[in-house]
Amino acid sequence: MRSRISAAALVFALTLACSAQAENTLRVCANPNDLPFSNTKGEGFENKLAELVAQDLHQAVSYTWTNEHEHFVRKTINAGKCDVLMGVPAGFSEVDTTTPYYTSGYVFVSRKGLNLNSMRDPRLRSLRIGVHLIGDENTPPMEALARQGITQNIIGYMIYRDTQVKNHSRLIDDVAAGKVDVAAVWGPLGGYYATRAAAPLDVALITDTGRFAPAMFQYPIALGVRKGNADLRARLNEIIAHERPAIRNLLRRYGIPMVETPARAAG
Amino acid sequence: MKTALGKCWALSGALLAILSVRVAADDLDAMSRDDKQWIMPAKNYSANRFSGLNQINAGNAGQLRVAWTFSLGSSHGQEAAPLIVNGTMYVVGPYPNELFALDAVTGDLKWKYTPNTDPASQGEACCDVVNRGAAYDNGKIFYNTLDNHTVAVDAKTGKEVWAVKLGEISRGETMTMAPLVAKGKVLVGNSGGEMGVRGWLTALDENTGKIAWRAYSTGPDKDVLIGTRFHPFYNWEKGKDLGVKTWPPGKWKIGGGTVWGWIAFDPKLNLIYYGTGNPGPWNSNQRPGDNMWTTAVFARDVDTGQAVWADQLGPHDLWDYDEINESILLDMNIGGKQRHVLLRPGRNGFMYVIDRTNGQILSADKYDTVTSASGVNLKNGRYQPVMSLAPTLGKTVQNVCPAAPGAKDWQPTAYSPVTHLLYIPHQHLCMDFKTSEVGYIAGTPYVGATVDMYGGPGGYRGEFAAWDPLKRKKVWALKENLPVWSGTLVTAGNVAFYGTMDRWFKAVDARNGKLLYKFHAPSGFVGQPVTYQGSDGAQYVAILSGIGGWAGAVGNAEIDPRVRAGALGFNGATQDVPQYTSGGSALLVFSLPRAPSQNNGKNNAKPH
Repeated sequence: MRSRISAAALVFALTLACSAQAENTLRVCANPNDLPFSNTKGEGFENKLAELVAQDLHQAVSYTWTNEHEHFVRKTINAGKCDVLMGVPAGFSEVDTTTPYYTSGYVFVSRKGLNLNSMRDPRLRSLRIGVHLIGDENTPPMEALARQGITQNIIGYMIYRDTQVKNHSRLIDDVAAGKVDVAAVWGPLGGYYATRAAAPLDVALITDTGRFAPAMFQYPIALGVRKGNADLRARLNEIIAHERPAIRNLLRRYGIPMVETPARAAG
Repeated sequence: MKTALGKCWALSGALLAILSVRVAADDLDAMSRDDKQWIMPAKNYSANRFSGLNQINAGNAGQLRVAWTFSLGSSHGQEAAPLIVNGTMYVVGPYPNELFALDAVTGDLKWKYTPNTDPASQGEACCDVVNRGAAYDNGKIFYNTLDNHTVAVDAKTGKEVWAVKLGEISRGETMTMAPLVAKGKVLVGNSGGEMGVRGWLTALDENTGKIAWRAYSTGPDKDVLIGTRFHPFYNWEKGKDLGVKTWPPGKWKIGGGTVWGWIAFDPKLNLIYYGTGNPGPWNSNQRPGDNMWTTAVFARDVDTGQAVWADQLGPHDLWDYDEINESILLDMNIGGKQRHVLLRPGRNGFMYVIDRTNGQILSADKYDTVTSASGVNLKNGRYQPVMSLAPTLGKTVQNVCPAAPGAKDWQPTAYSPVTHLLYIPHQHLCMDFKTSEVGYIAGTPYVGATVDMYGGPGGYRGEFAAWDPLKRKKVWALKENLPVWSGTLVTAGNVAFYGTMDRWFKAVDARNGKLLYKFHAPSGFVGQPVTYQGSDGAQYVAILSGIGGWAGAVGNAEIDPRVRAGALGFNGATQDVPQYTSGGSALLVFSLPRAPSQNNGKNNAKPH
């Protein structure tokens, strides 16, 4: 009578099946519907990276899929359900992190011709700006906009919901469709979906952000292991050093905007 | 009151229809006066959680002992109030929200109803997967499931009568509150203010589950059900579409103001009263304006949902002070005049006395440490925040009291018409905001603020207090080491009951706070005590034990207590909870020892 197609139950069953064959696998926790990062079909760049790392470790990848949002880390890797997270900010305190394997930044995604990259561009006062919402905290661009008093022309997109409903593309789709003029989003999301959008879009790393500290706009991203798992971290660091060219190629294929010389390290 | 009534009748077109429906309300109202039963979580429409039973009294409560127990089997926070209707106890558990019917005297399980609650809903609940209880009317038990269904279950058979889906977990909505049934309508609201949810209260036909009306907390007047009957007491709350105009464009659409707390009902005025949650999911600096009608109290006509008045207790909330707390309906002599008031221990630390006929705030006094506001301006009804304590990225803000859960959260108070005191289980917490290291949510790194909570002045974290609403002051208070996150109950026997997070169930003398009885339970308490008289003539007191909820989430091992900022910052204040308790799901039923003569005969057949 109440039909509930329980995707989560299916996922749970799959998870059980996977963790049963735990020996000699690289156990990864990931979101089941979170492109460009990961999905259950293995289409995300973090899926590809997990395969690459596992191959070097002579292991197979096994996944624990979790649709958690803010409690992701504590309910997954820190609950012992896996050993690796494929993408966390370097220095993220809830886990131990490896050498960063790329650095990206927040980007403006806009229709061709707008040429927008400065956080202090006066046009930001009137353009319709789409942002992702992450609970009641501000993303760095939202914080910078608010501090300039830019609040009347901001349109919010819940990032959690998008990872469940379909994917993160809705905000970028709306830029392509002209429903918003510019999206201020985390680079991997902006870059990936911009290359797949229905209209030609510009993706530009956001500049002129210095005065908005401590809001940071660029983050080196690393693999995460459970605190104290120094062994695994050392092996992963070796792989990252060794596979750097392959990883860069992978990220380029996904349209991930990369910062060549990081402005500052996170920590 | 007369004028308000006159207006109400003059404006209601379908007088006959209303009259015919009123019968149901009268039944429930009358039933709630029968102290042998406990038919709604708040005991009655006035929501005073007072029982006239006095078999257990201040003289003999020390002899209480456990009569029987029952395990619900889901070790999350047990916040629900058991109901006792016609000799049967009904109790609903946290996710997966099973409903159990037990013989109220013997504890025998009569039936169990298991809804098909979507497991994905667990990931959406901000603060543990709790449920605050069920409601009863006309042979049916009504309650909400975490995945946004309201269900009606036959009280005799446990068979589902109807189930309706009212919200979307994919939009971050969940449902955790206990419904109120009034005049044939089941009133329910949603949770998830931090998740981009737009709050609403919905009235369902109790026979079919069909939506009779839905009142949003934000948005245009037509959505908020603000019409010609709306007469707020203060001028700044008057005007068209304030639920839109007090927000940056469009931000009201996902503005929070969820309705996950308590509803009271005045059958004479035909009005329901309830509060709305905090604005979200926007950081306060991205939502300049009063953000109406979040953190507000509404009075609405129960038949139509039309708003009659509203008080926005927290314009532009800065500290997550949901105002979903209970309203207790009292008639009080104030300044020589009999006033129909509602008493409201606000999340913000102020005890509001509000004229429930028109929304006038008569007084607002601090009942715990408050640094975040200088007071409430009684001329215009506006809360006066201390802006220097507003959380700002890059700035450390310290000693914000009360902390985000407020001086009191959802845990309901009780009022005794015998002692004329209000009994307040509450927390005593302050908080600091500081810029944190990098955070990471769903593929998005950022630098945010860390909220750290800790015990307020004096170093204790909770209190059970008795408040005199006439004298507007605290009469006595019992300090507790941990936040008092359970509800309370007070009886004509002058006993008040509550439970602590460190597993003590306590009975205290309602007149002076003297401890009469305590029992070390299987798990910490976040539940609501109720009392009833069994068919055997004995008075019983029932409460669920099982740590959890926002404050207790750390206690059921869901969170690593070493992370001080887990559970939206609460862990710092409660990280030692695992030293006292782990999770549980035990229903505990207490009574006095039976006199030997009583044991002969009728009880022999039912050993327990």
